[in-house]
Amino acid sequence: MVEKVVVAENLSVLLGRRKVLEDISFTVMRGQLTGVIGPNGAGKTTLLRAILGLVQVESGELNVLGYSKIDLKEVRPKIGYMPQLQSFEKRFPFSVADVVATGLLSPKTLFRRHVNLKKRISQALRSVGMENYILEPFQDLSGGEQQRVLLARSIVRKPELLLLDEPNSGLDFPAQRLFMELLISLKTEENLAVVLVSHDLVSVASFADQLVCINRTMHLHGSPLDVLNSPHLDEAYRCQFDLLSSTIGKERYEN
Amino acid sequence: MSEILAYGFMQRALMAAIFVGLLCSTLSFFVVLKRLSFLGAGISHTALGGIAIGLVLGIDPIITGSVFAVGTAMSTGYISRIGRVGEDTVIGIYYATGMALGIALISSFKGYYPELFALLFGNILSVTVRDLAIMAVVLVFVLLFVILFFKELLAICFDEEMAIAGGLPVNLIYMGLLAAMGLTVIVSIQLVGVVLVAALIVIPGAISFRLSKNYRGMLWLSLLFGLGGSVGGLFISYFFPVPPGAAIVLILAVAFALTMVLKPIFESGHRKTLLDK
Ligand SMILES: Nc1ncnc2c1ncn2[C@@H]1O[C@H](COP(=O)(O)OP(=O)(O)OP(=O)(O)O)[C@@H](O)[C@H]1O
Ligand SMILES: [Mg+2]
Repeated sequence: MVEKVVVAENLSVLLGRRKVLEDISFTVMRGQLTGVIGPNGAGKTTLLRAILGLVQVESGELNVLGYSKIDLKEVRPKIGYMPQLQSFEKRFPFSVADVVATGLLSPKTLFRRHVNLKKRISQALRSVGMENYILEPFQDLSGGEQQRVLLARSIVRKPELLLLDEPNSGLDFPAQRLFMELLISLKTEENLAVVLVSHDLVSVASFADQLVCINRTMHLHGSPLDVLNSPHLDEAYRCQFDLLSSTIGKERYEN
Repeated sequence: MSEILAYGFMQRALMAAIFVGLLCSTLSFFVVLKRLSFLGAGISHTALGGIAIGLVLGIDPIITGSVFAVGTAMSTGYISRIGRVGEDTVIGIYYATGMALGIALISSFKGYYPELFALLFGNILSVTVRDLAIMAVVLVFVLLFVILFFKELLAICFDEEMAIAGGLPVNLIYMGLLAAMGLTVIVSIQLVGVVLVAALIVIPGAISFRLSKNYRGMLWLSLLFGLGGSVGGLFISYFFPVPPGAAIVLILAVAFALTMVLKPIFESGHRKTLLDK
């Protein structure tokens, strides 16, 4: 079963008077991991926020899970989102379970309790290997453990599309590796479409099914190897990538 | 004890202390979690301008003060979300302007000087039945709002971006919280005055934030300290020549200082992690 989850065609986004994204086109399939790369300020976060309907599409088409760009608000309950790290309060009196529970809140849960709350929370925590920490204070966990709990928060509502904004930043190498493997197994089990923003080109390239490289406008879109070996990558990042593109390929990384 | 409460003014003062203690400690919980303490100070000082307008024009100061307090709170939230000006900058401007307006108006009418002192430092012993009724109404509204939107308020305080992405009416709820803060500050001014009210909506939450890593525990502790501080301060001021407002704030400040010392002891008994088992 191949199904288009996100279709962007010549997408442009304006923030204030500034054109932050211009002429972006790509497609995200169900069961695929799409890596989004690009330098700081390229508009990666803005792209995720556009998919969530949090910023207005100025021109072009954007279709998410069958919803067009004007009613993206409706699609939010079907999307799991992990914002770029700094968005949450670091020392907050929440247990791990409380953090995951916030992932279930939506307009539908206003004025009422969620049914099966406990079961959903422990299920989500089990799938990220954190079920033993359910009652721990969230602030006492390590950065890597917190990331896994935040991943549980984004999947607890059983989304069809998962948007992750640099979920790996600040993790050491084994923790990053673990996180990616976890993500891949989740993706396979639930047949999820995953869009992953990352600055770790090596890691995304080895796990992603396709790469989208943006810098305001889209530069490249295709299989990880094609994108990383493309001469246009330097152009997107406005610097030389000799080392990366010449020595690192999928085969090399995997053995 | 019973002999103190034989006085009508003390009965009313006690009721007022309980109402205000409950209100302030409930909001204090969110003020600390959402880092709104400077806004609290800003609202109360701006309110002085509103109260002064009421006194000068002969309108009930609680009405003009409420308009100023709620207006300050909500417009601060609005301006900092829409414009490119930081919340603290907006508050800094309101703060001084409101205070200046208040002082200018009140001092140009000589007869109001005694009232100015009461406004600045509170006058709980002059609370009337009507004041109590207003406090009760505000208390009911604020508690209703907090109970209805409790989980959403928590989620917004923890991670606003996620709350928005989840489709919650974040702006509406946040504005509701700011309005509740404005009303709470206004009715609390009678108890502790413009200058000290900021302490009453910060310290209970700050103490409980230090003591608990669990929001339920934090909320109960905040209520406990808020009520204990306001009622305790009232009784202290009956026996010692200290104004109630100052006594209340000093009790809370001492309690906060104690948590600095006592926290390690408290924690060692309470920490139960997987590793300890
Ligand atoms: N509200 C706004 N108004 C105007 N410009 C904005 C606004 N928000 C972001 N921008 C600009 O849009 C551009 C893209 O921002 P975005 O956060 O999407 O970049 P990013 O690719 O996620 O960067 P990073 O790798 O640093 O996270 C930046 O140049 C930023 O300054
Ligand atoms: Mg970003």
